[in-house]
Amino acid sequence: MHTSRRDFIRSTGCLTIGFCLGKWSLAESVPFAQELPSGLRMNDRINAWLEVLADGRVRVFTGKLELGQGIRTAIAQVAAEELDLEMQQVEVKLVETGITPNEGYTAGSASIENSAMSVRYAAAAARQKLMEMASQKLGIPPAQLQMMHGVISPLAGGRSVNFAELLNGQQLTDEVRQPVPLKPKDQYRLVGKAIPRDDIGRMVLGEPVYVQDLRFPGMVHARIVHPPNYQAKLLQFDEASIRKRFPGLLKIVVNGSFLGVIAADEYKTMQAQQALQQNARWSAPDKLLSLNGPSLIDHIISLPTKTEQVHKKGTIDGNAGMTLQARYFKPYIMHGSIGPSCAVALYDKDTLHVWSHSQGVYPLRDVLATLVGLPADNVHVTGVPGSGCYGHNGADDVAAEAALLARAYPGKHIRLQWSREDEHCWEPYGSAMIMDTSARLDSNGKITDWKYELWSDTHGTRPGGNVANLLPAHFLEKPFPGKVSGFSGGAYRNAQPYYKIPNQDVQVHFFNGPLRVSSLRGLGAYANIFAIESFMDELAEKAGKDPYQFRIEHLEDERAREVISRLRGMVQELPGTGAGIAFSRYKNAASYCAVAARVRVDMKKRSVQVEKMWAVIDAGETINTDGLKNQTEGGMVQSASWTILEEVKFDQLHITSRNWDSYPIFRFQQVPEVEVTIIDRPKEEALGAGEAAQGPAAAAIANAVYRACGKRIRHLPLVIPIT
Amino acid sequence: MVLIDLHVNGRVFHIDTDPATPLLYVLRNQLALNGPRYGCGLQQCGACMVLIDGRAEPGCMLPVQAVKNKKIVTLEGLANSNNHLHPVQEAFVQEQAAQCGYCLNGMVISAVSLLDQHPNPDDATIRAGLQRCLCRCGTQSRIMKAVKLAAAKMK
Repeated sequence: MHTSRRDFIRSTGCLTIGFCLGKWSLAESVPFAQELPSGLRMNDRINAWLEVLADGRVRVFTGKLELGQGIRTAIAQVAAEELDLEMQQVEVKLVETGITPNEGYTAGSASIENSAMSVRYAAAAARQKLMEMASQKLGIPPAQLQMMHGVISPLAGGRSVNFAELLNGQQLTDEVRQPVPLKPKDQYRLVGKAIPRDDIGRMVLGEPVYVQDLRFPGMVHARIVHPPNYQAKLLQFDEASIRKRFPGLLKIVVNGSFLGVIAADEYKTMQAQQALQQNARWSAPDKLLSLNGPSLIDHIISLPTKTEQVHKKGTIDGNAGMTLQARYFKPYIMHGSIGPSCAVALYDKDTLHVWSHSQGVYPLRDVLATLVGLPADNVHVTGVPGSGCYGHNGADDVAAEAALLARAYPGKHIRLQWSREDEHCWEPYGSAMIMDTSARLDSNGKITDWKYELWSDTHGTRPGGNVANLLPAHFLEKPFPGKVSGFSGGAYRNAQPYYKIPNQDVQVHFFNGPLRVSSLRGLGAYANIFAIESFMDELAEKAGKDPYQFRIEHLEDERAREVISRLRGMVQELPGTGAGIAFSRYKNAASYCAVAARVRVDMKKRSVQVEKMWAVIDAGETINTDGLKNQTEGGMVQSASWTILEEVKFDQLHITSRNWDSYPIFRFQQVPEVEVTIIDRPKEEALGAGEAAQGPAAAAIANAVYRACGKRIRHLPLVIPIT
Repeated sequence: MVLIDLHVNGRVFHIDTDPATPLLYVLRNQLALNGPRYGCGLQQCGACMVLIDGRAEPGCMLPVQAVKNKKIVTLEGLANSNNHLHPVQEAFVQEQAAQCGYCLNGMVISAVSLLDQHPNPDDATIRAGLQRCLCRCGTQSRIMKAVKLAAAKMK
């Protein structure tokens, strides 16, 4: 399968790229101390990242998946820029095992920083090599050649040559080595511009775009009958009566408590799923939480925890002498993809093929191999865009379930679509979190001491490396041993304030909570920034300072100060409303983002209408200004929905947030107007931005509510208390 | 199973189906259309919107036999025969009014229906007209701009 593309991994020996720079000079185009992106260090051949097609166009390979963030366009832009191609001359091949580089997960706002930058260097190296080859072929020094739209021609005119002619069916297998001469940024035609995405044109026509749209000859449909709750085990079901009622069923797959049904007709599988849900008997579960017991906050505090010191600086003696103390809370929140998770799987000739919208196609391949008992080389996973996921949703789980069905029913493409209830009840949520903050102000209104204690479950139980993290691994007759394990670092993402404070003590207490959890957009940063930036507002008031000035006075980073001061110029307050602001630098290392919100509070109805939100974002070098705007606008709106409305609810047995009525999210009448200003810094490093607005948007709203009605709300979702 | 004549995008299809099958599955699986999408199956999210006699309706719970005498238009049927986009489709592309785009079908179909009834909608009318459709990426502000642009184009 696709062995030709695998050569890039195995090929050895290379031609060293010489220095023939065309019309650029080395001095201005090679950064002083160039560090190649990590993905490029692992896949160091040009043809791992791009190839020239027979028609002279270029195909770029990324190990990332398009999830609505526009990464396909951004990657095409950087390649087209370095190679002086038109956008239409570049196509992007999204992640597929054996074909594209393994770039791990499409997550953490890292696709621009890693994948796009790897492609930039690979394209620049390709440019250099192509110029060298053209020079030899045409007998003209590279400095007297120009490259445009896939053709290399002498500056003085005369015979030219295109990429395909130069390569004659071969590909560039050279190693990308430092220093790589990059195109000078002041010559950019495409990068830093609002290049439109071409997939939106296909979407409006109803062309197949998503994994949900895949159709193969003879494809059959499947549904899984999930247990009624996390712990229930399948005791029995009456297969004969189901078969009698649905004579056309192709297969009922049972393996321990894993129960699936396959039919040629999708509606029939849904009816059979329903019938099985009523027919099957399950063991009684352990209780999630007693309804009459403590609140979720008390419950979390009562759980055993593992404590980690995240940051310590100076000295803090307990809470004595602290000016202010406050406790903030964030509930479980769901990803809530509009399209429930879906996968297609085929087991054929000893190979399992899976089509998935997983954020981690390569890591998924490896755990699927373990799950179904095949060597990893016999599992082939193709990334296909799905509905926006905003983190680790049900994508990997549905792929695992489809894989199990395909093993049990080989030779046919099996399309497994989760129902709305499957997605709502079984996706791994963003963890509930408690944040205790205290701080001391000196007589000048400067923060001298900062203490922060955080309670959180893990924020990363992606399947990579641990098959037990796949949902169906627990259902099987021989379940995979091992506990669900996760990445703990996500909890304290942005837990350390970005402000200059001499004495700091930041701790995290990890608990094992009642619900299945994993990575949701921003991980811990959403709740940490909600707490820190709400608390900064409380401290500003205590210090008698204006919230912009108070923050600026505690910041040393000029870029941080600038997003805040630029925001001040955008915000328009209106009578009868309140405006609030917040700031964060995502991960304290990626994009700078300051957000303001204007809200109207109706005390009688106890409702909050977010009327308008503003953001200023500095993501360093902007690749696509409209993509960055779109991500920031959407981040604010999504975060506003989380903040105002969202909380996963559950009773003693299971999740009760089962659909959009029991887990409402923003509808049009609740959505604020949004406005985004970009501070583009072409000379700076491109920084991840897709999650930058989540945290500050939440705190800006809470701060605005305080200004509007005098109520300081520290408990999300933000409900106006009865007065 | 019964034979049903279904009018979709200007053509008549003879469909052999369980008459209780919701329209969505007939459109997707028997007619291989991608516009209407499964989102919730509960008429709560709007991903499955189709035009039924010119009005936007969710197709996920509607038995196919209930629409056998109606004219159904999906996203695929909006562009004219020369593949010229409908002004609403054009406006969504111009405003780049999508992220993942999964909800886009419901938004475009609802907007076409809305503009048919209200050629000059104000913000409140647009919000009310699209209230049944959920977008999780948070592109609603762009969608509202696209609807306004489409209204201007259709004058």
